[in-house]
Parts: sequence; structure tokens; C-alpha cells
Amino acid sequence: MEKFRLVTAAFAISLAALALALFTQLLTSSLPAVERFGLTFLFDTIWDPVMEVFGALPFVYGTLVTSLIALLIAVPLSIGAAVFLTQYVPTRTSYLLSFLIEIIAAIPSVVIGLWGIFVLIPFMRDPLGTFLVECLGFIPLFQGPVFGPSIMTGAIILAIMIIPIITSITKDAINTTPELQREGLVALGSTRWEVITKIILPYARPGIIGGVMLGLGRAVGETMAITMVIGNTPSIPASLLAPGDTLASVIANQFSEATSAIHTSALIELGLILFVITVVINICARLILRREVARE
Amino acid sequence: MSSEIEIEDLNAWFGEKHVLKDVSMEMEKNRITAIIGPSGCGKTTLIRCINRMHETVPEARVEGRILLNELDVYQEDPVSIRSRIGMVFQRPNPFPTMSVSENAVAGLKLRGTRDRSVLAEKAKEVLMAVGLWDEVRNELNKPGTSLSGGQQQRLCIARALAVEPEVILMDEPCSALDPVSTMRIEDLIYRLRENYTIIIVTHNMQQAARISDRTAFLYMGELIEYGPTKRLFEKPENELTERYISGRFG
Repeated sequence: MEKFRLVTAAFAISLAALALALFTQLLTSSLPAVERFGLTFLFDTIWDPVMEVFGALPFVYGTLVTSLIALLIAVPLSIGAAVFLTQYVPTRTSYLLSFLIEIIAAIPSVVIGLWGIFVLIPFMRDPLGTFLVECLGFIPLFQGPVFGPSIMTGAIILAIMIIPIITSITKDAINTTPELQREGLVALGSTRWEVITKIILPYARPGIIGGVMLGLGRAVGETMAITMVIGNTPSIPASLLAPGDTLASVIANQFSEATSAIHTSALIELGLILFVITVVINICARLILRREVARE
Repeated sequence: MSSEIEIEDLNAWFGEKHVLKDVSMEMEKNRITAIIGPSGCGKTTLIRCINRMHETVPEARVEGRILLNELDVYQEDPVSIRSRIGMVFQRPNPFPTMSVSENAVAGLKLRGTRDRSVLAEKAKEVLMAVGLWDEVRNELNKPGTSLSGGQQQRLCIARALAVEPEVILMDEPCSALDPVSTMRIEDLIYRLRENYTIIIVTHNMQQAARISDRTAFLYMGELIEYGPTKRLFEKPENELTERYISGRFG
């Protein structure tokens, strides 16, 4: 028994050590860039491998903005879908529809990227992009010209990719609502809408927040599909309809072509920043969940 | 105001399972009608058809007529029917996110009452009606779930009373409670009949005998016998009823 305990302890410790080793490796490999650029690396907006000027801000901006817009699109859609699937349709229909939604999560990222290139990008140029410019063009975020590959296109791709996760977790959370609570409100003479907003969604809230955080983690780290549609331009455009770039995309695009040591090191430092962002998101998710559970 | 209920040829199903078969009966106003029978006989389904809760379960189906003061329940909006026919469940189910007083007037809030003084007054009125006011007057802002089981069930009865229903359905309201709490709730039910029509499902025959005016015996989805409680328990006309109340099966 004692031996078994030691073996399992070894497993647990080695996993924790792996995470630490990963972090130290990232840290030491990015040291040349850290020493040369210091804090300006975080705030510089120019990324020019030829002149060896490296600033991370366009990529941090691209990562955060695409993920945030993806959430704005995906969260209402996912919650709506989950409510519909659990409250409004017969079990068999719900099962079939849920299966189709979950299939999206199984599509390889690169295949979604291909779809993005051949379907979404042309659709962004016309009609969606032109429509946004016509209706909302007075806001700088939606000013023309319309390119096709853009921050908005990337955000839409991300939204599609995180919808299955958020929908599925929200559905599970909704299904844990005690029947007795639901019936208590129904029997008082409440509409279905009141049951959903007053009992089901409040009860499912911690679960929904967990799902959203998982989706955000996925969006921030997603690489292939968004690389294929975002335009890969290291800039911070005023308009969401202009091309941009993300941390994950630029690493994937440039790593094999990086010839100078400082270029490689700068890319690894971008990886370090990405790592820190995802860790922060995870910690936030845990803190929020702990607070939610404590409220119960 | 209290109302009478008339059930005509009621049939109910869960999927393929036929759980109520051609049940016809009347429940008089200002009386307590008890429904007894062994587990699975359809007694809970019967009262859940009256406030149209049965149909909220997937695959459930109902046929037949139920009249509430000659108004066909199945021709009306279920939401408005449920506000005229209140329900108390097997286990107390106060809303955990609401305080004691919020729980008491939850139904009024649903109906759009926002005036705080009106709500507070109504909460006091119904909590007094169920004999809970003196016990909880200093705990009105605590969560409804912080009360004891018996208190929670009386809070749920108060919650049902607050929307001023005409009929109150009770589905084994004491089955999760200790004997003392059970006694208090039985006293309460007995007092409530002055103002409401009460239909109570129970598997406790002593309880039916103690508080009800009329008793219906259901077996395998069929209404076997229905009559004044005293007569039914002392001189059952049907052999099945006789065997059930004498404890030979169930």
C-alpha cells in the first residue's frame, strides 16, 4: 500500500514538475529578447524582423480583441441554444441537434480554416463587411475599407469554434436544476420564460461561467484556423474590418523562418506572454467559480 | 373564494403507460378530499392533471375534461389556471435564492406586484395564516432554506396562499416531515378548508381519516371507490378498498 502511495505521488509530482519545467524553458529561451528590449517589448507596436525591432502589442491586442468579440458572439448564441435544447424540444430532437453542435468541436482546426478562406472571407467582403460599414461605419471600429481577412473574420471563426463547448457545458449546468424547484415556480402560475430567467439560469450560472471561461481559454490559444483568416498583419488597426494578427498566429507563421537568434527569442517571449494570459484566465475562472459556489 | 372541481372521463399517459383510466369524480368546495391508494396507482398524476402540471413532463398526455366552477381547465391558459389552483409538493421546495418573506410572496411578484408595503403586508398575512409568523418574524430576511423542514413546508403553503387560489392541491405534504410537524400541518389544512377547496394525496390512511371529508381510493389508475371518509373507512363497499384500508395489501 505504501509503495502504491509513493508511485502515485511520483506521478503527481512529475506532472507539476512538467508544468514548471515548461515555464522555465519558456523563460530562459526568451531571456535574450527580455534583456535586449525589456518592458518596451510589451508596449512597442512595431514588429520588424529585418530591422530587428520587436514589439508584442499588436499581437496581444489581436489575441484579446478577437477572443473578446468571439465571446460576445458565442455566449448569447450558446446560452440561447442550450435553453432551447433543454426546455423547448423533445428529447430525441434535442439529442440530434446537440450531436450536430458537438460535431463542430470535432472538426480539425485547419479544416475550419479552409472553410474560413473559401466561404467566410468572401462573405465578409460582401455582403457582411459592406453591410457593417454602411450601417455602423460612423463608428471607427466599423469603418472601411473592407478587406475580407480581418480581426472580425478571425473573431467569427473563434466564435464558431467555442460555441460547442459553451453550449454543451451550459446544457449540463441547466440539467442539474432540481425538478422540484422548477415545478415550484411553474405551480405558482409562472410562464416558461419566468421559469428560465428566475430559476434555471440563476441555478446554472456557476456552470455557465465555467463554460465561458473554458471557451475563452480555447479562443485565446487557438492557432490554425484564425491564422488562415486574420490577415497576419502586425498592426493595431482602428477598424475591426482591417487585418491583424494574434500571438499564436505569429508564432506559428514565423517560427520556422526565424533566422536570427533574437527573432526566435522574441517569438518565444510571445509564447511566454500567451502562457501567462491563459494562466491568468484560468485563475480568474477558478476564483469566480469558488465565489459562486460559496454563495450557494 | 373557493371553487368546486368536476372531473369527467379523465385519462392520462406517460408515453405508452396508461396511468389514469376513465376517472370521473367531483370535489366539493370548502371540503377536504383525500386521495389514497398504493404507490403507482396514479393519485399524484390525478392532482397534477387538475392544475395542468402533468403535461409539463416530456411524453405526458391527458384526455378528458376537468371543470373548475364549470370552466373547462383545458380550454384556458395553463398559467392562469395555476394561479387559481395552488399546489404544495411532497418535499418542501422554498426557493433557495429568496428570503423567507420573498418566498412567501414570490407568486405575487410574478404577477407584477412591486409595492414593497403591499408585499410586506401580504407576507405577514400569509405567514400568520400558516402559523409561522411568530416563529420567523425575526428571520424574515434569512434564506427560505434556513428554516426547519416543517417550517419550510408551512412556508410553501403560505407561498401558495399568497396568490389567493380557489383550490389547493397537496401532494403528500407531510411525507418528508416528523410527527410533530405533520400534526401542525394537519391542523393547518383542517383550518384552511373554511376558505379553500383542498385536495390532498396521502399514503397515510390515518391522515386521510383524520382530516378529510371525502376519500377516493385509486387502484391501478382506476377510481375504485369514492365517498364520505367516515363511511368509506367504516363500511367500504368494494372488496379492494376493504383489503387496502385493512392493510392487507399496499
